[in-house]
Amino acid sequence: MLLYKLWRSFVKEILLLKRDIGGIVIIFVMPLLLIITITLIQDSTFKNLEGSKIPIIFIDKDKSEVSKNIKQELESSKSFELLTNFTEKSARDAVFGGDYQMAIVIPENLTKDINSNIDSKVQAIVSSFGLENDTSAVKKNVSKAKDIHLYFDPATNIGFKNNVMNAVNKMVFEIENKKIYKAFQDQLGTTENLAENKNLISFKEITPKKGKMDVMPNSVQHNVPAWALFAIFFIVVPLSINLVKEKSQGTSVRARISPTPYFIHILGKTFTYLIICIIQFLLMVAVGIYLFPYMDLPQFDVTGKMFQLIVVTIFAGLAAIGFGVLLGTIADTQEQSAPFGATSVVVLAAVGGIWVPVFLMPEFMQTIAKFSPMNWGLNAYYDIILRNSGIGGIAKEITFLFLFYVAMVAISLFYERKQNAV
Amino acid sequence: MEHFIEIKNLYKKYKNAEDFSVNDISLSIDKNEIYGILGPNGAGKTTLISMLSGLIKPTSGQFKIDGLTPQKNGFKLRQIIGIVPQEYALYPTLTARENLMFFGSLYGLSHKKLKNAIDESLEIMGLSKFADKKVEQFSGGMKRRCNLIAGTLHNPKVLFLDEPTVGVDVQSKKAIIDHLLDLNKKGTCIIYTSHHLSEAEEFCTKIAIIDHGKIHAVGTPEELVNRVSNAENLEDVFISLTGKELRDVVV
Repeated sequence: MLLYKLWRSFVKEILLLKRDIGGIVIIFVMPLLLIITITLIQDSTFKNLEGSKIPIIFIDKDKSEVSKNIKQELESSKSFELLTNFTEKSARDAVFGGDYQMAIVIPENLTKDINSNIDSKVQAIVSSFGLENDTSAVKKNVSKAKDIHLYFDPATNIGFKNNVMNAVNKMVFEIENKKIYKAFQDQLGTTENLAENKNLISFKEITPKKGKMDVMPNSVQHNVPAWALFAIFFIVVPLSINLVKEKSQGTSVRARISPTPYFIHILGKTFTYLIICIIQFLLMVAVGIYLFPYMDLPQFDVTGKMFQLIVVTIFAGLAAIGFGVLLGTIADTQEQSAPFGATSVVVLAAVGGIWVPVFLMPEFMQTIAKFSPMNWGLNAYYDIILRNSGIGGIAKEITFLFLFYVAMVAISLFYERKQNAV
Repeated sequence: MEHFIEIKNLYKKYKNAEDFSVNDISLSIDKNEIYGILGPNGAGKTTLISMLSGLIKPTSGQFKIDGLTPQKNGFKLRQIIGIVPQEYALYPTLTARENLMFFGSLYGLSHKKLKNAIDESLEIMGLSKFADKKVEQFSGGMKRRCNLIAGTLHNPKVLFLDEPTVGVDVQSKKAIIDHLLDLNKKGTCIIYTSHHLSEAEEFCTKIAIIDHGKIHAVGTPEELVNRVSNAENLEDVFISLTGKELRDVVV
């Protein structure tokens, strides 16, 4: 008989959802819009899309070898569109006024000064070994180091600023290196091309393998699970509103005085909203697999991982449902449950590492993140998608998610009983 | 002799309230009664019914219904109680049938029994034609009738009704009262609150007039009218016992 009660409760929830077209659109369409928008934005920061070059001002006062090399490097990076029709003053005004992200000013005689500095230093070294015949030729006058001026819009993202500064630094360092090798070659009269050995130490990224295939993470592999989890947790809002509405409509009164335990109502809602979570996730996976390639985004790869991903979705969904049930049980009005639900999900997402990786957070926030259900869910998804784990590898996370659901529902039942005990 | 419902020294004081909403009420109600609880706004009628139907906890005191107490026999007690709250207490976007299927199932009726009970009740209340229409499309009277069916599908031994005829037309009121009389004939004890004194005078077998949480008079409508000198009807009795002062209540 309890099963029949549960079935009727489930049917009721499904019918209520079916009749709320606006609610269905919010539940299913909004997460898709979210995932498409976020992935497009994040992907473009890693990838150079046609027509998405950043315009920057490049002022060449040197007009010689070094400045030409820097210009060539910047152009070949395909990230920037170089604008050259500026003076240093007009460039500074334009950048500080927010018209452009940055300006690079190469000072006058940079090439000449670098060459003379390097030549004099190399000559000094060579002469100290007694290899230089004409010591009087060693140049004593070393020019002062020249500054390349970089102007940034104060509103420019710090990450972008650091990336550009590192890139310019690296370019200048490589040019200097080449010139030092060249100077030694000239001084020693050797014909061996020393500059070819510029990278004595190199890096090779070793990625996890699946069979013989490398698992290459990309923005889609990161974004689909992260934002799917965010969307799953957003059902806290409609679920808590559903519970609050039952109180304001008076329908919960009938349920409370009936000989049906409160947990049957909660289970009816749990099954319904769990189905919603799974559909939400499948829709997002479908977008990742079938739509993203048409949008010039990498395809979401779930080969051999779908079962594990659904398992994580079920447990993450349970955690979200538990939270929604607790919120809906405690809140008295929709004005309490909706804003609190939405804000708390955003906070949980931030704490859980959906927006900023946990390892970048301050130490105390990293500790807090360990207690965030979104962090457990995200780790479980990443374990499967990026670290090739099986069910055994995510057992800890899904256990935590389930215990979170049990704890939330237990508190709700306790609260409901305490409020309405006769 | 033990009565069907025994209420002894029942008190209720809400959090932060200065006064008791129900203040030492004791009543005995027999099984075949249609018992009216009448009183001005804020008298404590709804609080009393809410305690008896298990919605809120008394501050102190006891009650028994058919020998069952909420502390010892909570589950059994819930099976024999029906409630028709003052608000419609129906899902507006579900049809009448969908609402009744859900609320009826909460009382453990099998699918077939439930379906039959719903068809029969809808027929009696003149709602068969509208069984598959959403409740939000119903008039006030139709909603009241549907509300009544939802509380009676499981044939409760005792039915609590809080203003069941408020805001309905004469036809709907008659249908509701007739159905309640029929249920009473079949053995359901009815406890009813109302502001319609003439309706209560006709409909109730016994009446308690309460004010400020206390019982002021108990008896059959005739007994109450005879008890107050110069009273011609229940309204005269009511004014005589509760006064003419306006009862605007802030809850």
